[in-house]
Amino acid sequence: MQKPRYLELEGRSAGYYLLLVILGCFIAAGLAAFIYMEHEGHWVTRMNNQIVWGTPHVFAVFLIVAASGALNIASISSVFGRAIYKPLAPLSALLAMALLAGGLAILVLDLGRPERVVIAMTKYNFKSIFAWNMILYNGFFAIVLVYLWMMMERRFNKYSKVAGFFAFIWRLTLTTGTGSIFGFLVAREAYDAAILAPMFIVMSFAYGLAIFNIIVVAAYGWTQRDLGPAMLMKLRRLLGIFIAAALYFVVVYHLTNLYITQRHGIESFILLGTGEDIYMKVFWIGQILVGGVIPLLLVYAPRLQCRASLVLASVLVILGGLSQMYVTIIGGQAYPLEIFPGKTVTSSFSDGIINAYSPSLPEVMLGLAGVAIAFFLVVFAIKVLRILPQSLADRDVDPHYIAEKQTA
Amino acid sequence: MMQNSRLLQSLLTMAVLALWASITVAEVTGPTIPKAKEMANPDTKCIKPVEDMRKNHMHYLLHQRDETLREGIREEKFKGESLKECIGCHNAPAKDGKVARVSEREHFCNACHSYAAVKIDCFDCHADKPANTEYRHPLGGAIKTSQTGFDSKQLLNQPTLDPVAAKEDKKP
Amino acid sequence: MSDDTSLNLTRRQFLGTSSALAGLAIAPGVFLTKVAHAGDTEAATDKNRWGMLIDTSKCATGCNECVTACNKENGISGTHGPATDAQWIRKVTLTDKQTGYVQSLPLMCQHCANPPCVDVCPTGASMKRADGIVLVDKHICIGCRYCMMACPYKARSFIHEVLEEQKAVAPRGKGTVESCTMCVQRVDANRGEADKSKHVDPACVEACNASGHKAMWFGDLKDPDSEIATELKKHGGQQLRADLQLNTGVRYQGIT
Repeated sequence: MQKPRYLELEGRSAGYYLLLVILGCFIAAGLAAFIYMEHEGHWVTRMNNQIVWGTPHVFAVFLIVAASGALNIASISSVFGRAIYKPLAPLSALLAMALLAGGLAILVLDLGRPERVVIAMTKYNFKSIFAWNMILYNGFFAIVLVYLWMMMERRFNKYSKVAGFFAFIWRLTLTTGTGSIFGFLVAREAYDAAILAPMFIVMSFAYGLAIFNIIVVAAYGWTQRDLGPAMLMKLRRLLGIFIAAALYFVVVYHLTNLYITQRHGIESFILLGTGEDIYMKVFWIGQILVGGVIPLLLVYAPRLQCRASLVLASVLVILGGLSQMYVTIIGGQAYPLEIFPGKTVTSSFSDGIINAYSPSLPEVMLGLAGVAIAFFLVVFAIKVLRILPQSLADRDVDPHYIAEKQTA
Repeated sequence: MMQNSRLLQSLLTMAVLALWASITVAEVTGPTIPKAKEMANPDTKCIKPVEDMRKNHMHYLLHQRDETLREGIREEKFKGESLKECIGCHNAPAKDGKVARVSEREHFCNACHSYAAVKIDCFDCHADKPANTEYRHPLGGAIKTSQTGFDSKQLLNQPTLDPVAAKEDKKP
Repeated sequence: MSDDTSLNLTRRQFLGTSSALAGLAIAPGVFLTKVAHAGDTEAATDKNRWGMLIDTSKCATGCNECVTACNKENGISGTHGPATDAQWIRKVTLTDKQTGYVQSLPLMCQHCANPPCVDVCPTGASMKRADGIVLVDKHICIGCRYCMMACPYKARSFIHEVLEEQKAVAPRGKGTVESCTMCVQRVDANRGEADKSKHVDPACVEACNASGHKAMWFGDLKDPDSEIATELKKHGGQQLRADLQLNTGVRYQGIT
């Protein structure tokens, strides 16, 4: 195994520019949606006084969670010393920053007063986990940037392990913070649970890796660079473990709620449904089946050990992740607040009823723009920076490859 | 030689620019600031000297807004330094009952702010016209002394109520 | 500023003739006719804790006087439909699942002593005054709506559209969150008024009394002699979501 050699993309093909243009169109559409929402006010979306966080937040939280997960490959190589992942560590760090940028862009553009976002940086309420997250997000950019620099600058390579360790701790803290945005909410029965923080961390592993896999396969396929089976196998197994771990946390979360009588209402709402709402379907079909069971089969079925099955599994994990966020964020708000236990409640303010919500076009456009921003940054950065290893063929990445040859 | 001619060129350009700029500046007229309802204080005309208000009104407002909102200290302590008081006196209805809205040039705040191209978001939330059209600055605030025996009509008849008006009055 | 001479003369003239009867006689209708009351020049303190008590047995199903009065006082009106319109106070009808007993009550910001909305607000826009009134500082509210996620009473509304014709006493506008202020403008005016008989209640309480139902009390929970404190001491009052131990400033009687 040699020291990995990194090379920019040539990036002059029609395909490359087409990709940038497509992503650019999504970003432009999202900005148009933002201007429309900002000019008219949020009534043009389907968000309202009951569902205060809608589709933009589904995308934003997904991207922010995936961002910390995308750093996994780098962490495994730097912190846990797995040499095979080392060539991909810079891409992992780049993707992490890009996803976070995309997620934050959505969050900021959805604010009621986006022009005041600077206030969020100048006035802190330190009891607010949201305020802590502002620090965690900004710190993440700074630390991962330094980490990337240490990895890319030969003279500083020796510090990359230390930087990687800090980045690892920081990303765990960051996702703890993201999960706690919901975990710390005492008012709503779907939230208010400490397990949300570790659950978000484990989910971040799966979501981040799924996006990472797609980018690796696409980048190496489209540029005709070598991507050997050893690396693909590693990524595949890692994804399988993360999906299974995420499912485990989902089971524990719901089992706990099922044990608590007070929470039977919300559990029956999510798990059994009311017949009219989609959350039950999104949970079972989207989060569990599409996002969990099928990808697990794709990853582990012996007959499906091909590149396409890994990509498909990764795509399904992403769809499952968006479903999970939809159930968690919107489903959690759709269920009515229990202010008067034992009472049927009616009012002019949607008390006691399942709150209606369906995504509106501007919300979806804004959400997709965040995804496009993340991908645009990656696609652009791998052209101008030496991020991608020239080859991920087995002989270049697998420490055992050479060992086997020598013994043979 | 080459460098000298370049220097000359740039000097000439600067001179032309400066000349053009001075002509432009001379042609620009200041904003037409609507007159206040009356003087809050015969000494300073406004609640503070006009120059001070023009330069620092935003600081007074900012300071006042936090104390009012967070501590409940209302306008009296601030000698009229609240947005409500500015609006009450400076954007009072005309004789025909018409009140300028903040979107219009005739609005006291917008008159200057549109001229200076400084966007303010105060009126996204705050009323841009007085709630009480009979509004007056409170006693004990703007002027701490008594008005007893003082003929305010005499003051009102002065041609120098408004500094802008005063300047206009001097013109032939 | 050469014209100042005449003004100064005038000022000297009137200063010279001013008597000890400060601020009493005023040139009629022309100049400075509002007499200031001095009370709200001082900050609200934790010597008071403003609260409400609601007797649900007196609250009539179908009566909406408190809501109407609140809307009028604070300039709240419908714009784009009930899903996005602000509601600072709402009437809630409860039907007991076991007994079928029906009752009605007004629900608004409960002005918690430990408000979750204040805890979660990233900028500190969501805040509690020293006298217990929970407010939103719209000057620094960024419109993230996290407080709305955190409030157990769903007391807050987000302004979903451009507003016009706001009341001077209740500034409110697009992109920020708001809720019941306990008519803080009235509370502050009371603070400046030494004569307690001239104190005014929040608009909802005033309207409830005017309608004859008299289901709402407003007052200082910390003043043992206040009507609300006496009534609470005599008959008690419960908090909504008492399990959260938020120590609400609004208490209810008769929820059974």
